[in-house]
Formats: sequence, C-alpha cells, structure tokens
Amino acid sequence: MSADTMTANGDAQIAFYDLDEHDHPEGGSTLLGFWIYLMSDCLIFAMLFATYGVLGHSYAGGPGPRQLFELPLVALNTAMLLFSSITYGFAMLAMNQNKAGQTQLWLFVTALFGIAFLTIELTEFASLIHEGATPQRSAFLSSFFTLVGTHGLHVTFGLIWLFTLMVQIATKGLIPANRRRLMCLSLFWHFLDVIWIGVFTFVYLMGMLR
Amino acid sequence: MSAHQHAPHAAGEPHGHGDHEGGAAHGTYASYLLGFGLSVVLTAIPFWLVMAHVLPNETTGYVIMAFAAIQIVVHMILFLHLDSKSEAGWNMMALAFTVVVLVITLSGSLWVMYNMNTNMMPMSVEDMRQMP
Repeated sequence: MSADTMTANGDAQIAFYDLDEHDHPEGGSTLLGFWIYLMSDCLIFAMLFATYGVLGHSYAGGPGPRQLFELPLVALNTAMLLFSSITYGFAMLAMNQNKAGQTQLWLFVTALFGIAFLTIELTEFASLIHEGATPQRSAFLSSFFTLVGTHGLHVTFGLIWLFTLMVQIATKGLIPANRRRLMCLSLFWHFLDVIWIGVFTFVYLMGMLR
Repeated sequence: MSAHQHAPHAAGEPHGHGDHEGGAAHGTYASYLLGFGLSVVLTAIPFWLVMAHVLPNETTGYVIMAFAAIQIVVHMILFLHLDSKSEAGWNMMALAFTVVVLVITLSGSLWVMYNMNTNMMPMSVEDMRQMP
C-alpha cells in the first residue's frame, strides 16, 4: 500500500490508511474485557451446576434436600440479594448525576444487604454442619456446599471490592477511573444475582420437589 | 486496516473511541424499578408454587424453570443493560458463545452420567470383594 502513497506527487500525500494512531483512552476496553471475564466465571458456575446435577441425588443414606433446606430462609436471602441489586442500580444512577455523596450512601446500603445475605447463608451452613450435614457426608452435600459456597465467596469478594471503591471515591471522588471501576463492579454484582436465580431455582426449589 | 474509514482529520486532532458506540447503556430509575418489580414477581411466584404445593411436582418443576429463564433475561436486559449494540456487539457475541458452551456442558454431563448410572451393572458386595 505504501507504493501508491509514494507515486502520488510529493506534496499531496494521499491517506489510504489512518496516519495518526487511534487514541486508546486508558481503560477504553476494560468493560468488554470484564464482561469476557464474567462469561468465563459463568462457565465455572456451569461446571458446578453440572456437578450438582449429576451428584445431587447421591445421598449415601444421609439427609436429602427436604430434610435440610428451609425455604423461608432462602426466600429471605433471595430478597436481600434483590434489594442489593436495586440499591446498586441507584448508586450507578447517582454516579451518572455526579453525586458522590449519594453514590456512597447507596453503595453502603448495598453493602449492608450483601452482608445480610452472607450472614444468613453462613447461618444456614452452620446449622447444616451442626446437624451433621457436612460436605463430607454425601456427594449431594459436597456438590451443594461447593456450588453455594463458591457463590458466597464471590459475594464476599464483591463486598471487599465495594468497600475498597468506597474508600477510593472518598479520597479521589468520581474520577473517570473510579467510574469505570464502579461500572465493572455493577456488572459483577448483577451477574452474581443472575447466578443466584439459578441456585435458588435448581438447588433449593427443585430440591424441595423431590 | 480497520474497516471504518475516517474522514480526513485535521493534523494532530486526537480522535478517540468516543465516537464509537461503546460501553454499556445506562439505566434510568424507571428501568431499574421495572427490573426490580419484575424480579420480585418472578421470584415470588416460584417460591409460592413450591411452598403451597399448588401444582403437581413435575409441572411445578417445568414452571419454575421457565420463570428462572425469564428472570435471567429480565436481569440481563434491565440490570446488566445488555443489548446488541453495547461494545459494538461483542458483549452479545461473548454471551452467545458462553450460552452454547453452557448448554453443551450441562446437557452433556447430565445425559452421559444419567446413562452411565442406568446402564452400568449394579455391583454386589460379593463382586466388589473379587475386584482386582
């Protein structure tokens, strides 16, 4: 292609291609990259769901879902996660309006709902283990704890990330980098809610139908 | 070279990615509230169906799976702001690829392992003792 450029009469240079480099602003592709990470995370959960689907009926003579799960508690947990989703949405709307204080407030409310979710889940795990339904008891319980525990671990890391961002907003305000981070965490948080839909439907509700 | 030819620029004028249709769309109060309302309904109905034993078990199973599928789509659109235009369609492409892998993984695992379980000869304690 350079041959054509050269044959053109010296002074008028014909641009067959972009002469100046595209300006890639910092973080311009972060959201797409983060989305691809989420998709790979989705595959991890797919594996865990598949494992649970295969092993979920192997009780080894131990307790099954009907004896173990308490649906009112799961419903409460689901409500906590749903509330945290909408409050995170409000935080994003406040961010779009450049209101740092309001963003912080909604982020804090989101964190409270997230902590409530984790507390309820850990209480459930503790009572299961207290009843002798430990991960070692049967293949069903191993796969149950792995699947639900992995989701809980994601929520835990989401909370750590959320508090880190609150500190960063407090010190630096809603700078472009912080906005980008908030948008990534938004994707992460809502994604965890989507995974939870699968968990409460396939693990808890379907378990009670057996 | 990239497929999109830019009009000649004034020298030195930086042209970033701002002119691309990039990033995810932003929600509004209305869209978030709509998403929340729909999720509450789509969550409450399956819980009610299971807890109140309204339908036969098998029917309930299919119905709650349908509700989960609808709720996932609602979350994707109203909370994750997914549409065919965000990031020039790459978000959607990545999602489509993931869904394909997901379906193959889930249905394949369940299908193969179900057949293994039903078709393997049950082994008695006596057989186990004689295993090498």
